[in-house]
Amino acid sequence: MPSDSETRTLTVAEPRAAAGDWAVRVDNLSVTYRTAVDKKPTLKKTLVRLGRRERTVREIHAVRNVTFAVPHGTVLGIVGVNGAGKSTLVRAVAGILPPNEGRIEVHGRVSTLLALGVGFNGDLSGRENVLLGGLAAGLTRKQVAAKYEEIAEFAELGDFMELPMRTYSSGMYGRLAFSVAVNMEPDILLIDEALSVGDARFKQKSFEKMRELCAQASTIVLVSHGLNAIRKLCNEVIWMHEGGIAMRDDPETVVEAYKRFLDVGESDVADEDV
Amino acid sequence: MSTIAERARARPGPAADEVQVYEPHRAGLPPLGPYLRDLWQRRQFVFELARSNLRAQHFNTAFGQLWLILNPLLLALVLFALVTIIRGGSRGTEFLAHLMLSLFAFRLVSTSVSSGAKSVTRGGRLILNAAFPRTLLPIESTLTAFLRFLPTLVLYAIMHVYAGLPVGPELLWAIPIVACLLGFGLGAAMLMATAQVYFRDLANFLPYFTRIWLYTSPVIYYAHEVPERLKPIVAANPLYPMLAALSEAVTEGRAPSPGYLAAGLAWALGALVVGGLVFISRERDFAVRL
Repeated sequence: MPSDSETRTLTVAEPRAAAGDWAVRVDNLSVTYRTAVDKKPTLKKTLVRLGRRERTVREIHAVRNVTFAVPHGTVLGIVGVNGAGKSTLVRAVAGILPPNEGRIEVHGRVSTLLALGVGFNGDLSGRENVLLGGLAAGLTRKQVAAKYEEIAEFAELGDFMELPMRTYSSGMYGRLAFSVAVNMEPDILLIDEALSVGDARFKQKSFEKMRELCAQASTIVLVSHGLNAIRKLCNEVIWMHEGGIAMRDDPETVVEAYKRFLDVGESDVADEDV
Repeated sequence: MSTIAERARARPGPAADEVQVYEPHRAGLPPLGPYLRDLWQRRQFVFELARSNLRAQHFNTAFGQLWLILNPLLLALVLFALVTIIRGGSRGTEFLAHLMLSLFAFRLVSTSVSSGAKSVTRGGRLILNAAFPRTLLPIESTLTAFLRFLPTLVLYAIMHVYAGLPVGPELLWAIPIVACLLGFGLGAAMLMATAQVYFRDLANFLPYFTRIWLYTSPVIYYAHEVPERLKPIVAANPLYPMLAALSEAVTEGRAPSPGYLAAGLAWALGALVVGGLVFISRERDFAVRL
C-alpha cells in the first residue's frame, strides 16, 4: 500500500495531453452517500436519536478527491477490494450518481454494463427488452431496429428472443445484457464486474468483441476482480483503495502490487473471473 | 495487449461530438433547456415502456387485456349497487352514465398518482444503472393511466347512447377537461414520487387516501347535490371542479360553468409547476437514496 503522500502525487500527476484528446476527464471528484445510521430506520429509533440529539444520517465518502483522465481508445482497468469505491466511480462517470465535489467531463456516447439486466422486465420477451434498452439509452426506434439482428445474433439466444425473459437462465440474461451494451456502438463503454457472463465460449467471444471495440478506438473502463482479464485487456490500471487512487500504472505493475497487498500470491482463484 | 494499445493510438478517437459535464448540484434546478430536450429525445422510450407495461399486466390471466374493461365496469356496477341500496331505490340509467364517466375520469388521476408515487422507488435498478431524466418515470405512470383510460371511453360511449343522452358539440369540452385531469395527475404523481423516496410509508397510506378522495369527489353523487355545510370540504378537492365540469359537458350536454373550468385549470397548472420543480430539483438525489 503506498503512503498517503504517494497517493497524492499519483493523483495530481495528470494532464499531459490537450483537452480534446480525452474521452473521460475526472477532476478532484468526491462522491458522498448519506445513509441512515440504523440499518433499518424506524420511527421509534429516529425519535429516540433525535431526542438524544444524535445524528440520524451518516456520510460515507465512497470516492474522495479522485483525479484522472482517460485518452480515447484506452482500456482502463480498475481494481480494488470490495467497497473501495470502484462502482461508485463508474456510476458517477455514467452520470448516474451526482458528484459532491469536482467535475466529470465525458466526450462521446456512453454505454453502460453495470449490474446485469438493466431495467429488463421479466414479463417481456427478449426482443421487447432490447427495444426498451435501446430507447432508454437514447436511440431511436429505427436505430434499435437496425441493430437488432446484430444484438440477437451475438447473444445466440435463438428462439428465446421471443420468450419472456423470466424463462431465461442467468447466463442467457447476462449474454443479452452484454450484447446490448457492446452493440450500441458506444464511444465509451463502462463495464462493472459483468465480464464473466455465459459459458467459456461466450466469455471468449466477449473478450474478442471487446478487443474489436478497442480497435475501433472505443474507450473502455473496466471494473473487474478477474485479474487475468485486467491484464489481458487493459492498457492502464487504476487501483482504488478507500475511495482514493492508490496506484496507477501499466497492468502488470499494478496487478502485481495489488496481489502483494491482497497477499494471495499466484493463486489461480485470484486470476479467474469468478 | 500492447498490440491493442498501438492500434488504438494509431487510430485516434472520433471527434467527440457529444460532451457531458457532471458537476455538483444536489438541490437546485439543472438547466431546463437541455433537460427538456433530453426528455423529448426519449419520448419513444416512455411510450414503449408504457405500452409494454400494459401488455405485461394481466398477461397470465384467462381474460387477459379484457380486464382493462372489466375492472372499471365491475367497480362502477358495485358503486351503483351501493348507491341504490343506500338510497333505497334505483336512480336510473342517466345517473349510472354520470357515475361511470366520473369514476373513469377519477381513476385516470388516481392510478396516475398511485403508480406514479411508486415509479421512482420501483425503478430502482433502472435508476442505479442508467442515466436519463428521471421525470420519465412519473410521465410513464401518467401515460399508462391514460392508456388504461382509453378503453373505458368506449364503455362509456355505449352507456351514453343507451341512456339516450344528448350528442352534440358540447362533448368537445371533454378534451380540455381531460387535459386538466392529466396535468393534475402528472403533477401530483411527481410530487408523490419525490415524497415516496424520502418517506416510504407513503405508499401504504395512499389506498386509504384514494378511497376518501373518491368519496369526496362528485362521483357517486352529483356536484349540485352536496349539502351546504359540506361544500367547503368538497370544494377543497382539486378534482371537484374538473369532474363537475366534465359531467356537465358530457352527461348534461351543456357548456361547463366557467368557474369550474378556471378552478380546474388552476389546479392542473399549479400541480404541474410545483410537482415538476420539486421533482426535478431533487431527482439527482434519488440514485443516492435508493
